[in-house]
Amino acid sequence: MNFFIESRKILLLALLVYGALKVLFVFGLLSQYIEQITLFSFIMIIASLGLNVIYGYTGQFSLGHAAFYGIGAYTSAYLTKVFEIEGVIPFLPALLLSGLLTGCAGYVIGIPILKLRDDFLAIATLGFGTLFRVLLDNSDKFAEALGGSRGFVGIPRITNLELTLSVTVFLILITRNLIFSRYGLFWRSIKADELASVSIGIDTAKMKLMAFSYGCFLAGIGGGLYAHLYTFLHPSNFDILKSIDFLIIVIIGGMGSITGTIYAGLIWVGFIEGLRIVLPAEMLDLRWVIIPLLLILLMMWKPYGLITKRSR
Amino acid sequence: MNVLEVENLRKSFGGVKAVDSISFHVREGETVSIIGPNGAGKTTVFNLITGFYKLDEGSVLFRNREITGLSPFRLPRLGMGRTFQNMRLFGELTVFENLLSGMLRKNGYNIFSTLFRTNHYFETESKAEEKARELIDFFHLSGKEDYPANSLPYGEQRRLELARALSIEPNLLLIDEPGAGMNPKEIQDLIETIRAVKERFSLTLLIIEHQMGLVMSLSDRVIVMDFGEKIMEGLPDEVRKDTRVIEAYLGEEFTG
Repeated sequence: MNFFIESRKILLLALLVYGALKVLFVFGLLSQYIEQITLFSFIMIIASLGLNVIYGYTGQFSLGHAAFYGIGAYTSAYLTKVFEIEGVIPFLPALLLSGLLTGCAGYVIGIPILKLRDDFLAIATLGFGTLFRVLLDNSDKFAEALGGSRGFVGIPRITNLELTLSVTVFLILITRNLIFSRYGLFWRSIKADELASVSIGIDTAKMKLMAFSYGCFLAGIGGGLYAHLYTFLHPSNFDILKSIDFLIIVIIGGMGSITGTIYAGLIWVGFIEGLRIVLPAEMLDLRWVIIPLLLILLMMWKPYGLITKRSR
Repeated sequence: MNVLEVENLRKSFGGVKAVDSISFHVREGETVSIIGPNGAGKTTVFNLITGFYKLDEGSVLFRNREITGLSPFRLPRLGMGRTFQNMRLFGELTVFENLLSGMLRKNGYNIFSTLFRTNHYFETESKAEEKARELIDFFHLSGKEDYPANSLPYGEQRRLELARALSIEPNLLLIDEPGAGMNPKEIQDLIETIRAVKERFSLTLLIIEHQMGLVMSLSDRVIVMDFGEKIMEGLPDEVRKDTRVIEAYLGEEFTG
């Protein structure tokens, strides 16, 4: 099929990455900790790609992305608990369902808030993110299993290298196909000028909803993988600060660049976790001095991100 | 056949009557211009016809179809194209993409073809690209395909906006002040371009313009507005000599 012929270079590259990582992990050349953060960086890439579709391509500023990441995480954890799923294969439908449900949540929330523009939209998504955090903190009151502010415990560890890498590659390809299709073009047209888009017949409300739901779907899939990598969920993992993480990755990578988001995701996770290794334990808090300083420098030096040239 | 029938349009902003019971029609193949001093309500009429503003009262028929109250994105799909007074290009998109967007809006493919890149996807894309290239040639923008639209000089941006409006293959084109900010030589070129466009794409035109030279040489009929009202309608020559019109333009006599 065209899909695979077209993508053979990327698939080959993915295979090479897989081979290299597998060798490193199997022979114990990298610690379990490194393995964990490698998978985590892929998850961050998936979710950030979602925000890039929403913000980088369609221009809809969202500060609530972590909430959708959280919806995916809690939904999938709940599903594996209820259906007692432990293997990768039975986990796939649960993961897909979590993603779709998150996409639907994005759709429903998007209907009212995507009518807003720029800063008003930012405030509305911020509001939603905050509400979601409060909801999670009190979740044990309506569903005991979700754990409320104590956190969701006892999630089976299902996320492994094969699953994460194949899901990541598949979603990158799907996203690329969307971005370079008419839909991606309409999204970018809307970002450039909404009224002009209307004047050539683009249903801007529908297209913005499509971008938003798809971006949320990606966040949901990322969340589902995250839940089954760390096996423990806490409301604080899904608050506004987490949304900022995604935003930083999108901006570092360059708005509207898929490859940029991939590099930025790797750099961001690598950097935060790398500093944890490099810095002595009593100086760990210095991370949040070093990182913001670097961000300020980056914005002064390359305000449009490290990778600004669009790749087709 | 009347392509456009505007019946008793009214629109107020707060207490200000921007447009007050305007009626007119545009026949197939005609070029009709709306002139009038600044603030006369010309652009408001455009925005009411194209659905960008909601009417307070009145109705608009486009090719015998009631379009009053339709969402503004529906009208381009029915064949009504427009440009904007203060140019609205997709600035960060390339010249090529500016045109492709409209082409693929008109003749597209579904989400399944998109995700799996079926043959239909590639065929539709290359057809659209071919058409976009034709428009680029027609508007003398060759060689600039991959430039971001906002990097073009002013005159070329104007041409690109016209080309983009044509990318949806409209029957009726509404052009809002095409001559704004142009010198007499550029106006001459613009007149030629509009003539050629009309001929080539068999269009019906409704133009808002200040430049009398352009209005007089292109229009079949002219509608004159002042303070939100239509003060007269007639052939270019009639309008030129009408005392009410001269008055509205502060006693200036038209030349051209």
